[in-house]
Amino acid sequence: MNKTFLASIALALAAPLGAMADTPSDISALRQEIEAMRAAYEARLQALEQRLKVAEGATSQAPKPEAAVAQPPASVAATVPATSGGGANSFNPSMSLILSGLYTRTSLDPASYAITGFQLPADAEVGPGTRGLSLAESELGFSANVDPWLHGAANISLHADNTVSVEEAYVQTTSLGNGVSLKAGRFFSGIGYLNPQHSHTWDFTDNPLAYQALLGTQYGDDGVQLSWLAPTDRYIEISAELGRGRSFPGSDTGRNGAGMTALSAHTGGDIGDSHNWRAGLSVLNAKATDQALNATSAAGSLVNNAFSGSTRVWVVDGIWKWAPDGNASHTNFKLQGEYLRSTRDGSLVYDVGNSNSAGAYRAVQSGWYVQGVYQFMPNWRIGLRTERLNPGTPDYGINALSLMGSGYQPRKNSLMLDYNPSEFSRVRLQFAQDRSREGRPDNQIFLQYQMSLGAHGAHSY
Amino acid sequence: MNRHTFLALLAAPLVLLATPAQAALRIFACEPEWGALAQELGGSLVDISVATNARQDPHQIQAKPSLIARARNADLVVCTGAELEIGWLPVLLQQSGNAKIQPGQPGNFAAADYVRKLEIPTQLDRSQGDVHAAGNPHIQTDPRNIAQVAVALTARLQQVDAANAGQYAKAQADFSQRWQQAMARWSTRAAPLRGVPVVSQHKAFVYLYDWLGLKEVAVLEPKPGVEPTASHLQEVLSTLKATPARMVLYSAYQDPRPSEWLSKNAGIPVVKIPFTVGGTDGAKDLFGLFDDTVTRLLAALGKP
Repeated sequence: MNKTFLASIALALAAPLGAMADTPSDISALRQEIEAMRAAYEARLQALEQRLKVAEGATSQAPKPEAAVAQPPASVAATVPATSGGGANSFNPSMSLILSGLYTRTSLDPASYAITGFQLPADAEVGPGTRGLSLAESELGFSANVDPWLHGAANISLHADNTVSVEEAYVQTTSLGNGVSLKAGRFFSGIGYLNPQHSHTWDFTDNPLAYQALLGTQYGDDGVQLSWLAPTDRYIEISAELGRGRSFPGSDTGRNGAGMTALSAHTGGDIGDSHNWRAGLSVLNAKATDQALNATSAAGSLVNNAFSGSTRVWVVDGIWKWAPDGNASHTNFKLQGEYLRSTRDGSLVYDVGNSNSAGAYRAVQSGWYVQGVYQFMPNWRIGLRTERLNPGTPDYGINALSLMGSGYQPRKNSLMLDYNPSEFSRVRLQFAQDRSREGRPDNQIFLQYQMSLGAHGAHSY
Repeated sequence: MNRHTFLALLAAPLVLLATPAQAALRIFACEPEWGALAQELGGSLVDISVATNARQDPHQIQAKPSLIARARNADLVVCTGAELEIGWLPVLLQQSGNAKIQPGQPGNFAAADYVRKLEIPTQLDRSQGDVHAAGNPHIQTDPRNIAQVAVALTARLQQVDAANAGQYAKAQADFSQRWQQAMARWSTRAAPLRGVPVVSQHKAFVYLYDWLGLKEVAVLEPKPGVEPTASHLQEVLSTLKATPARMVLYSAYQDPRPSEWLSKNAGIPVVKIPFTVGGTDGAKDLFGLFDDTVTRLLAALGKP
C-alpha cells in the first residue's frame, strides 16, 4: 500500500518531467527528491503512530471515574492543538480592559496650568488634570487577526468626564514578508520612544514636559505607516508615516493632501546577556491653519493667538536596560532619555478677536528628560525623572513687543514608587515639583492604580 | 508631500532587493531546550539562535531589539507554546514583518501542541495566579515529551526544508535511538525516587514528577507566578510537620532564597534543577540535562 502510493507519486512526478530528465544529473536530482519525499512520508507515519500510542495510553490509563473526567481534555489537547470552545464566539477578538484611578493633590490650582514661554492649544491635555479623586484614563482594547493577511486592533479610551475617544483603531499587515509591514487607521506615531506607548505602560503618572509642550502630550493621527526591518543581525527599523495632521502641532483642516509626515529610524542590540539598548532619531512635520493657541502676553494677560504654518519636531531617543544575566524578574534597571526640538515657522495672529495683529512667527524650542527606574526587589520599583524646557527666543515679527517672554526655562523633577502585586496590577505614588509656571513651583502628589483585565497584554520594548 | 515622504517612497523598492543569500535553515528557538533539540535534529543544516538563556524566567522576557531582528530573519520559530511566551512572543511576531513565522504558518512550531498536557485548569480566573489555559507549559522536564516533540519537529523541519528531508529523518532516527537508551538508563537510576514526597518552589516540575513518580506535597509560591511570602512559607513549614517531604526543588533561573529558607527550617536538602540546557554546568546538552537532574535528585536522597 505504502509502496504503491510512493510509486504513484513518483510516476506522477516523473511523467511531466520525463521530457526534461535526460541528463544524469537531472535523474539523480529526481531520485533525491523521491528519496526526500519517502523520508518525509515515513516521518509523518512515525509521528502518527506515536500520537496514536499516546492517545491509546491516555484512554487505557482512565479506569477510575474521576480520571476519566480529567483525561479526555488532556488527550484532546494533545491531538487538536489550539482550539477553544466552538460556536460563533470563538472568533471574537481578544479583549482587554485597563482600569485606572487617581488621587491628585497640587499646591497650585490645575485650572491655571500653563507652561511659561510655550503656546499650547486650549484643548491640549497638559498639566496634572483635576484635583482630588478621579477616574484616570481607562481603556478598552480589542485585537484579532482579520484574515490570513491582516491584523486589526482598537483602543477605546474612557475618560473621567464621561466622554469616550478612539485612541487607536488600525489594521496592520502580517503577511508582506521581507520585514515590511503596513499599518492604516488611527494610531500613535512611531516617533521617539514614549510616543507610541499607551499611558498605562508609562513609568510615571504623566508624560514628560517636552512631550506635553511640543507634541501635545502624545502625537496620534489618522494615516498610514510603512515600516521596514533590515535583514541584519542588528536591529534596524525604519518607518515612514503620512497622516491628516489631526492634532497639535498640526491642526485639522479640510485639505485633500497630507497634513503630517514623519520618518523615524531606530537601532538597538545587546551588550552581553545583561544589557540591551535602543536608540533612534525621528522627525515629524505637521501643518497648521488658524490653530488656536493660549498664550501669556508680555503684559501678563492671557490671550488667544492663531498660528498658521508648519512645524518640524526632531526627536532623539535612547534607552538602556540592565538585568543580571537578563533575568529581570528579581532586579532590573532602565534608563531612558529623549531630546525634542521643535521649529515652528509661519504667521501668528496676536490676540484673536481684539487686536487681531498678524505677523510673522518663527520659534525654535526644545526640551529633554532623563529618567531611571530601578526594580530593587520583586514587585517594587522606584524611579526618578528630571526634565527641562528651553523656550528659545521666538521671532514674533511685528508682535514682538506684545509677546516677548522672559526666556524662563521650565523644569520639573519627579520621584515615583510603585508596587506591582502581579503583572496585571500596579499601585503608584508619585511626587513632583513642577516649575512650569515661572516663579510659582507646583508641588504635586499622585496616587494611582492601574489594573489590566482580560487578554494578556504583550508589551513592546 | 515633502522631501521625507519622497525618500520613504524611494526606499520602498529597495526592500525587494533585500533578500539575503540563504545557506542554512534559520531557526529561532524561544528556550534553550528547543534550541538543543533542533541542533540534534538539524545538525549543520540549521543555524540556531536561542532567544533566552537558562538563567532567565521564560515567562518574563522582553521583546528587546535583538530578538525582533532575529525573529525577522528566521525561517522557523520553535517555542514551547501553551501561553508560556504570551508576554513577549506575540509582540516579536507582530514586529518582525516576517510572514513565514506567523501563528498557523509552517514556520511557527509550538512544542506543547504535541504532548499530553497536565494541570489543565478547569476554571480560568486570574485569582488563581498565572494560570495557563492550555495547561502547565513546562513540558521539557519529562524526556518522554522531548521524544514526542522530536518526532513532530522532524516532520516540521522536513516540511519547511523539504530538500533535506532525508537527512532530518536520518538524524531523527539516530537521536531517537540514543534517546530511548538514555531514557532506559535514567529510569533505572531514578527508581529510588518513586513515591518520594517533595516541595517545589514554582509549579514547574509537574511533568518531571509524572515521569519519575515524585509526589509534590507543597509549593512555595502561594499561587503560580506569585513570589513566596513569609506567611505562606510558614504555612508550608507547618504542612511539612504533618506530611514530611524529602527535598525542596527550584529551577536554576529562580531566586534560591525561599527554597534555602525552607531547607534550613525544615531540615531537608535543597535541589537546584537545571530546568533547561545550560541551567547547571552538567546540563550541557539535552542528555546532560536529564543526567544532571537525576544525579541531583538522587544526591539529595543520599543515594548517589
